[in-house]
Amino acid sequence: MTKRTRNWLLLAPAGTWFLVMLIIPLSVVLIFSFGERAPAGGVVPAFTFEQYANLPARWAAFKNTMTLAPIGTLSALLIAYPLAYFLAVKVDPKWRTILLVLVIVPFWTSILIRSYAWIFLLGGRGIPALLGWFGIEGVRLINTPFAVLIGIIYGYLPLMVFPIFVSLDKLDKRLLEASSDLGAKPWRTFLQITLPLSIPGIATGCMLVFILLMGEYLIPAMLGGGKVFFVGNALVDLFLQSRNWAYGSAVAVTLVFVMLITVTIYMRLINRLGANRDDVSIM
Amino acid sequence: MTKDSDYISKRKFMEELGRYRKGSITRRHFLNVTGLGAATAVMGAAMPGLRPSPAFAEGNIGDRVIIATWPNYHDPSNFEAFTEATGAHVQVNVFGSNEEMLAKLQAGATGWDVYVPTNYTISTYVDEGLIEPLDTSKLSNYDASAFDARYAEAGSVDGTLYAVPKNWGSTGMAVNTAQNGGKPISSWKEFFDISRDKFSGRSMVHDYQLTTIGSALNYFGYSFNSVDEAELADAEKLLIDVKPHLFAITSDYQPSMRNGDAWLTICWSGDGKQLNTDMPEIHYVLGAEGGEIWSDYYAIPKGAPHTDAAYALINFLMDPTVNTKEVLAHGYPTADAKTFALLPDELKNDPILFPAQELLSPLEFGAAATLTDPNRAELMARFKSA
Repeated sequence: MTKRTRNWLLLAPAGTWFLVMLIIPLSVVLIFSFGERAPAGGVVPAFTFEQYANLPARWAAFKNTMTLAPIGTLSALLIAYPLAYFLAVKVDPKWRTILLVLVIVPFWTSILIRSYAWIFLLGGRGIPALLGWFGIEGVRLINTPFAVLIGIIYGYLPLMVFPIFVSLDKLDKRLLEASSDLGAKPWRTFLQITLPLSIPGIATGCMLVFILLMGEYLIPAMLGGGKVFFVGNALVDLFLQSRNWAYGSAVAVTLVFVMLITVTIYMRLINRLGANRDDVSIM
Repeated sequence: MTKDSDYISKRKFMEELGRYRKGSITRRHFLNVTGLGAATAVMGAAMPGLRPSPAFAEGNIGDRVIIATWPNYHDPSNFEAFTEATGAHVQVNVFGSNEEMLAKLQAGATGWDVYVPTNYTISTYVDEGLIEPLDTSKLSNYDASAFDARYAEAGSVDGTLYAVPKNWGSTGMAVNTAQNGGKPISSWKEFFDISRDKFSGRSMVHDYQLTTIGSALNYFGYSFNSVDEAELADAEKLLIDVKPHLFAITSDYQPSMRNGDAWLTICWSGDGKQLNTDMPEIHYVLGAEGGEIWSDYYAIPKGAPHTDAAYALINFLMDPTVNTKEVLAHGYPTADAKTFALLPDELKNDPILFPAQELLSPLEFGAAATLTDPNRAELMARFKSA
């Protein structure tokens, strides 16, 4: 066996996976997106840009996704960072494992069931009733963008906590000592040592949460009451209710495209942030 | 009206039957007048053949059967009894709309053995080759003559039987009268007007084009089934205008009606019955302008992996005793005279299940064109993403 053949053979499993799981499905979606809706639903092959011309009719879905996904990611980051910092730096190691497990525990239950719990909490007999006790009447939480945001932050928080925790956990504590020996105040140590060194974790966490959020469907459907519409919801409706696979494919292709652009810009930014450091690698 | 035990002459019976067929009297009236209700009840109890029996155990039907159906639509203990009798485990897949069911079948290989299509979808399933003709010799409990033709006819297309009737119902609205000074709502006009006014933030419409667009069309006095572009444009304008005032767009409206977050919703009669039983201040009403009357069926999709088990399950569920338990669980009226006879009197006389004829007559059966019309589908999607 020549070295060349062997290399090809070694590449085959990954190559096949790539082809079957990514290239073929995406090509099908791309081909569908130039088709037309069959009379009883489905798709008939064609070559038309009509579906893409119709995209503005889904503008609201794109707008909701493109606002709530970044806001959700940022909010999750703001909550997750102190938590991860506490777990990695402050907490006594003998408690650390237990606390980490507690962060994972919610993942053992389906997000569907946990969202039902939120429906109750945000509904009229939950938090609004509690606020009523304190004299704050008539608060509506459920079926609002706020409810969806709460659901998003709650659902995705662990995905943000773990990468940040890992990068802070690996942090060389001697650097912090050195910093304070050289006379830096704690906040300066944090800004100049801890934060830059945890950028890989932040970048990974944000990426994980943001990409998944762009395709989110369940949380807006359940906590938004069908009124807070994401692209994911538009896709489900287009494929399952309108049965307009061609238009659905065009929306899906556009979503992938928007995602690619955003993520590329984001990677560039992160790389620039870490450009002057050779010990920082992204993902 | 005569008493159940009274004698009825042959001529009188035929007259009543004629009136009943024309739809000018209700099933309840017919069965009471002719005494058939009482007779079938006695027969049902006396004849062992009408009781559920482990008759299927003799043939091996496999270890499972998969049914695609709607939420809260069966008595789970019936499925357990079926498994006990046949050894086949019943796996239930729940769906929210006929559109979704059709889409799954169009995509192919669902693995379902039995599904529960609604009247207006069956001809589409036949056209698309997604439904199996039924072999009545395998359905000993199915007696075509026991079914009210109005709720059974959509099961046959061009003389071939594709589906047998499960139950029927109407689509109206449920209103919490305690929030409206004790007054119920009585028309779709009122429904959408109060939703934008006094009930702002408290109303719900279905996540379902047929009923939501249909009611909006009824608001203007148009047909529930309209596919006329100008009429649909009016409906869209109304829906988009109402949307900011809606509490939710959902077909799962019972929880928020029960906990008081919402006061008004488009509602299927069985849900209306369940809500009204538990909270008498919630009334179920039909829109004065009309609305939907519908009928659901049992059918077998083409390529069903466990056909024998599918026939066995449908046959089992059509047994009047089993079906009676189903009716008690889901609260929808049955089209089967044998099952009707076994129902308790308070259900037979329930105005939600069996509304007066003058309320039923403006209602329309959904049409196949309503299901497949691309404009209606797109309108609903635009309304939701607006």
